[in-house]
Amino acid sequence: MKKFGIKGTNKSIKSNMITYLMVVAVYIIVQFIIATGSMSSLMQGLLVPLCIYSIVAIGLNLCVGYLGELSLGHAGFMCVGAFSSAFFTKYMLDSGMNETVRFILAIIIGTLVAAFFGFLIGIPVLRLRGDYLAIVTLAFGEIIKNVINVLYIGKDSTGLHFSIKDSASLNLEEEGTLIINGAKGIIGTPRQSTFTVGVILILISLVVVFHLVNSRTGRAIMAIRDNRIAAESVGINITKYKLMAFSISAAIAGAGGALYAHNLSTLTAQPANFGYNMSIMILVFVVLGGMGSFRGSIIAAVILTMLPEMLRGLADYRMLIYAIVLIAMMLFNWAPKSIEWRQRHSIKGMFQKKTKEVQ
Amino acid sequence: MAILEVKNLGISFGGLRAVDSFEVTIKKGQLYGLIGPNGAGKTTVFNMLTGVYKPDDGTIKLDGVDLVGKSTMDINKEGIARTFQNIRLFKDQTVLDNVKIGLHNQYQYSTLTGILRLPKYRKIEKEMNEKAEELLKVFDLEDKKDYLASNLPYGAQRKLEIARALATNPKLLLLDEPAAGMNPNETKELMDTIRFVRDEFDMTILLIEHDMKLVSGICEELTVLNFGQVLSQGKTSDVLNDPEVIKAYLGE
Repeated sequence: MKKFGIKGTNKSIKSNMITYLMVVAVYIIVQFIIATGSMSSLMQGLLVPLCIYSIVAIGLNLCVGYLGELSLGHAGFMCVGAFSSAFFTKYMLDSGMNETVRFILAIIIGTLVAAFFGFLIGIPVLRLRGDYLAIVTLAFGEIIKNVINVLYIGKDSTGLHFSIKDSASLNLEEEGTLIINGAKGIIGTPRQSTFTVGVILILISLVVVFHLVNSRTGRAIMAIRDNRIAAESVGINITKYKLMAFSISAAIAGAGGALYAHNLSTLTAQPANFGYNMSIMILVFVVLGGMGSFRGSIIAAVILTMLPEMLRGLADYRMLIYAIVLIAMMLFNWAPKSIEWRQRHSIKGMFQKKTKEVQ
Repeated sequence: MAILEVKNLGISFGGLRAVDSFEVTIKKGQLYGLIGPNGAGKTTVFNMLTGVYKPDDGTIKLDGVDLVGKSTMDINKEGIARTFQNIRLFKDQTVLDNVKIGLHNQYQYSTLTGILRLPKYRKIEKEMNEKAEELLKVFDLEDKKDYLASNLPYGAQRKLEIARALATNPKLLLLDEPAAGMNPNETKELMDTIRFVRDEFDMTILLIEHDMKLVSGICEELTVLNFGQVLSQGKTSDVLNDPEVIKAYLGE
């Protein structure tokens, strides 16, 4: 760290370390609670989704907080990642490949395919700005989901068969297997996603985004966000860096999707899991946690995913309280008065005062 | 030797002929002023030189390379850097990072190198930091390098914009009203800085300015624009005593 001799860099390294430590600490605590047997199976079932939402929120935060473009299509990239990785796993199921290797490859494939779609969709979409971009990404997200819903892919000895009509038109041989069965999705993916894998993926995503934003590329991306005209005037290739940020953001969402696909034995593209509701929910995590703060995205994702489950006892009032907590958190985070209050009462501030008194 | 040769440059916005048959030749190392009343088309000329607007006719040659039709990014790579009339800094980034963004094309490593933090990343980042600090020192900003750009006082923001433009290693520096909003002391300081930049970096500078003290103090030659046309051109003292110029500025 000293090599750089910059306060700013040291500060960001310190803040990044806190985020890594926070994730690792939560992981250890959760493992401890599981070991003592005091975690309900309901909560245990939530652990992997928590990781999934955190990862996708990190990805979206790169797009919203650093590129400065509002995307409402990240559920679509998650969907692409989920289906491409599950497709790979299903395809290789009988090949005798080592399960762990297959899972790692599936996640990598999900990530890369989502990045590719991010690139393809980014080319037309990133010509737009602001509200228009948000609406077009929303549309692309829905298109992806709907295309997957009519997609039929089967495998037999002659190779792969595609159709967008029905499973019969695939003309599979007797012993052939149906991999993607239209709206019924992919059935029989082994459930390999665990909390440990999820946490590792969160850490990898964090390393990627932290290193990215503190590099030459990250500076170029933020320059475009802060002032496009000035960025152009110092010779930054706007299209290249916008596309790059958007693709990396989509790739991380794809990794979250791959984790999602391997957490369920039946993968279908429903409005509930890959529709725009999901995109908006992830955007809520990002906005609530603070645009540009990856740590905040994770915290918001965890709290807002746990909350409805923890409030289950309140039955009908559950969603009402969820909404109230959402509003309260938003006010606490962003209202000027509350920011002022937090600064006056922050733990850091108390420490600083004390050290001053000692001096 | 002429570094910038502009011939017969013109552009229309709808029915308005904003700039018509504009010509200028700037020699290497010269401090050249572009003046004129408000709305005369000075910034439009800058925007054509930097590729923000595409001229309808005419040629722009920098060191013999034709720039018409090139993008702003490519023109910067060819060697024209600029500052803006309304300051355009990267507000949410530190002073140091602002200059490092200017160094973007001078020091390169791939995105993957950055993400994986390969040894090349550390080496080039270190070089970038040294170069950026060196540039900040020229403008007395090195002790403010960790400040957010938006927290700098106005005069310092103007200086930072010049530092960032210089970081792109240009052949020609365009300054759009560098003294706008500065008090007389800051203006005087700025004049020294501009002269220093010219001498230290062996830079050619074309500037737009309304402050006649600054113009007469540092510019060697002037072009006066009025209603999009060249009114007068030549040595600063001759131009400023030209009755046509006085008429355009002060009226009859």
